[in-house]
Amino acid sequence: MVAPQTGAATIGAINIRGVKKTFTHQDGSIIEALSNVDLSVAAGEFITLIGPSGCGKSTLLRAIAGLHPVDAGELTLDGEPITGPAAERGLVFQDPLLFPWLNIHDNVAFGLKARHLYREHKAEVGQFLKLVGLETFGKSYPHQLSGGMQQRAALARALVNQPSVLLLDEPLGALDAFTRMNMQDEIIRIWQERKTTMIMVTHDVDEAVYLADRVVVMCPRPARIEEIISVKRERPRARSHPDFLQLRGKLLKILDFGGQEREPEYRI
Amino acid sequence: MNLFITKTMRYLATAWAAVKELRRVKLWWVPMTIGIAILLELLLSNHDSQPATKYAYYRYLVFIALAFFLTLAVGAKFFPRWREKLLHISAFYTAVFLALNIYHLATQKFGLLPALFFPSPGRILEALVVDFRYLIVDCLGSSAKLLAWGYFTGAIAGFFTGIAVGFNKTAAYWVNPLTRIIGPIPPTAWIPIVLVAFPTTFSGGAFLIALAVWFPAAVMTGSGIANVPNAYFEVSSTLGASRWRQIFYVGIPAAMPSIFIGLFTGTCSSFITLMTAEMLGVKNGIGWYVNWQREMLSYANVYAGLIIIAITFYLLITLLFRLRDVVLVWQKGVIKW
Repeated sequence: MVAPQTGAATIGAINIRGVKKTFTHQDGSIIEALSNVDLSVAAGEFITLIGPSGCGKSTLLRAIAGLHPVDAGELTLDGEPITGPAAERGLVFQDPLLFPWLNIHDNVAFGLKARHLYREHKAEVGQFLKLVGLETFGKSYPHQLSGGMQQRAALARALVNQPSVLLLDEPLGALDAFTRMNMQDEIIRIWQERKTTMIMVTHDVDEAVYLADRVVVMCPRPARIEEIISVKRERPRARSHPDFLQLRGKLLKILDFGGQEREPEYRI
Repeated sequence: MNLFITKTMRYLATAWAAVKELRRVKLWWVPMTIGIAILLELLLSNHDSQPATKYAYYRYLVFIALAFFLTLAVGAKFFPRWREKLLHISAFYTAVFLALNIYHLATQKFGLLPALFFPSPGRILEALVVDFRYLIVDCLGSSAKLLAWGYFTGAIAGFFTGIAVGFNKTAAYWVNPLTRIIGPIPPTAWIPIVLVAFPTTFSGGAFLIALAVWFPAAVMTGSGIANVPNAYFEVSSTLGASRWRQIFYVGIPAAMPSIFIGLFTGTCSSFITLMTAEMLGVKNGIGWYVNWQREMLSYANVYAGLIIIAITFYLLITLLFRLRDVVLVWQKGVIKW
């Protein structure tokens, strides 16, 4: 079952129509976390959500995960409405959140055991540990691993359920620059191998352009989708390619970091 | 005058060399201390305020201890691990045998303390040997049965109360005020009621002990579960875990460190309650034995009983620590307490 799937992905299409979500603060003020969001994600597509804090990108991701219900609108996965959390929509957080009382093997096996599939699919735990390069760390406890290794284990834990959509909430935000770049390549490799739909929230413009088929830019007050930019480049992408830099500049401009006059692009 | 200073200096240098020499032979401290104790025991005559014992139990003790520590010291020459261990415990056991020797001199040899309340080590040992079977089989057996019944009932009840309170808002609403009112009352304060309300003193005592364990177990389990980061439950729900699995495979393991603190607190208060219950109502057990012998003014037996109590409770607490090390092996290097 873990063998790379061939051909285009057929499952994992997400449809979001007119989704609204408000939070009420303790002082009674109402925060509009999502106002009328529409988004269609094709099966097997890699989407990155980017935007300043408070733009609702995490809220949208958690709504897709089914962790909190929305006030209005419709969310579907392959035509089925999303009503609550389920194994078909895996979620990886910024913190690895591995269960400290389980070793790495048992952490990865958690989803299989929870769905009573462990007995038949035992071997897959090892295969997914291998996929993220942790095959020799099964007996280690989470606190014995570095941050990057923990995050890889968290990735394996979500992937072992073979979700049709993998939701990533700034999974690389806490890692140092080098580990992060390695992990980006790792995620792309896994994505290409598994053909899973990926929706990733990020703060990092570079990361957004490097990974995504489409970058979804969100803006706060009111929280909505500002623009969707397609990145039509081959992978692995060169971070210094002019097209890459141009897309990066475009994104920064939308996010309003390019508003003021900067030095000209070419001087030499 | 000059000669005097030179002499003093020489004495000081000799004394200093002796001290340095002593530090060098740390392996032999304990045998040396016991040797001094044996010499004093053999050379000094007994004070007649202490009644004589049938056998010279104190001599047996010090000779056995001497043999034991001599073996260790000789073995340390051959086994580096013995050496390390002995170097570590040397100072402590030197102090122990020094203290024992001082007590022995103060009672048996010079009669400095009232003989009625401060029996010599030999007399305590005699009481221990003579009453050993009765102490272990009858008294300790009866106490163990009472403690086991009370402890496990209380721990299990506390565990499930804590789980209910931690996971269920309605249960928390009704049970929390109850734990807050009943919990802080020392279980022994219930003795007047319990002795009347329960058919046997055994069931009454078991109830008191259960109460003593129940409160800390319930509170620490409940607060442990309440403090589990919500993110763990979110993760497990996106991995397909049912509510039931989230309780037993996420909430409870995550709260385990806190649950163990509750069990430790409960264990200590269960010991207190056991002793008090036996002294006030239950008519057998090791606590009752101590109280009974006190009333009979045979203080050698009181001390013998106390020694048995100390050793037993020490072993039980050690057992609980070992159990914690096994269950909470994942915590190594994370939390220490």
